[in-house]
Amino acid sequence: MITQDSVQESQNNKKAKQNIEQRKAIPNRYRFIYPEFLPDPDPKYRNLLREKLERMDMLARRTHVAIPEFYVGSVLAVTYSEPHAPGKVNKFVGICIERKGSGLRATCVLRNMVNNQGIEVIYELYDPAIQKIECLRLERRLDSHLRYLRDAPAEYSTFPFDMEPEYLLEGASVPVNEIKVQLNPRPWLEKWERQELKGITELQLPERRIRKAKAAATPWEKYDLMKKYRETIPEEDQNEIFNEVHTKLHEVEITRHRQKHKRAFVRPQKTG
Amino acid sequence: MLSPFAMLNVASRNISTSTPASQIIKLSRLRVVDNSEIGKKAMMEGRPPRCIHVYNKIGVGYIGDRILVAIRGEKKKGILVGLKQQQAPKVPKFDTNNLVLIDDNGTPLGTRIQVPIPHILRTKMKEKTHSKGADYTKLIAIASRFV
Repeated sequence: MITQDSVQESQNNKKAKQNIEQRKAIPNRYRFIYPEFLPDPDPKYRNLLREKLERMDMLARRTHVAIPEFYVGSVLAVTYSEPHAPGKVNKFVGICIERKGSGLRATCVLRNMVNNQGIEVIYELYDPAIQKIECLRLERRLDSHLRYLRDAPAEYSTFPFDMEPEYLLEGASVPVNEIKVQLNPRPWLEKWERQELKGITELQLPERRIRKAKAAATPWEKYDLMKKYRETIPEEDQNEIFNEVHTKLHEVEITRHRQKHKRAFVRPQKTG
Repeated sequence: MLSPFAMLNVASRNISTSTPASQIIKLSRLRVVDNSEIGKKAMMEGRPPRCIHVYNKIGVGYIGDRILVAIRGEKKKGILVGLKQQQAPKVPKFDTNNLVLIDDNGTPLGTRIQVPIPHILRTKMKEKTHSKGADYTKLIAIASRFV
């Protein structure tokens, strides 16, 4: 009995050690780079088996199409099969104003101005019609969404379709663009003054509207620990999920890295 | 001299008091995006056309639907070529509700569309065109850019 117990204990110890080691191997940045691997925290939508199957499908998709690291505020170019286009391929360039959904339903919204007309397109990241996703400018903004660009002048969301990708130095952290956007005068599409946005300049509002915003504010919610707990996936669960996908993701990262270096070589063109 | 109440009434004629609708229904204001004479004039004088009928069974206009508009005291037909409302993935959502004026045969009144047109409209217009009926594919031919 004693020997069995001690054997089990030593095994347990080993397991714990392994867990710690593995946790060290998983970079802390994964939850920012791959937020869609974390499921919806709402218990109504939790289903462990479905989540696991979805993660397998996501990894399988990622081996075929490189989905780069990007954040709200990054400029993306998406090439996708368009059955309605004459060449059956279409490309859209725009700033990511929103990133939503988890699992295979993860989406991003791209916004751009074409011929002075604001256009937004929703893309599902794991859509099989998508051929290529490029991050032309990797940066972050101060807010979790940039929907206020709809109420901002055109220059804040205008990006040329033939934009060249900007490369960051190896291992450099993602720069934060601290630009303050000057919104158009009212009427607006949403009540921006109630959203505690950091990326917009001081809003000119009538007294009444300020009063109403103050009445609707819920400043105590940031102290609500249970609310925060319900709205996020706990760290232990996150580690479990990333433990499962870490090796495959790392492999994909390395192959992509190699390809990137290959792509850097430009064959000289014949002239004359 | 008008009474203060009457003054308020006069002032309120210039502001819209209706709640914003997220879809094209009767009396929705639209933006003409082709270079037809009547459309340009209506947009310049700040009286954009109103939808007075949607030619489908549900009375709500979606992308590619044919509608009847009241423009400068006339009745004209038009095609919806871009909407503000939420769209399916990969279908562009526009910042304005765009309209291209056509005549009864489906021929556009203008010769050029100044804003981009969604690719999906190619298929939709082809589906709506029947032999011996109106030919809506001419609208695709005058588009300057697709997204």
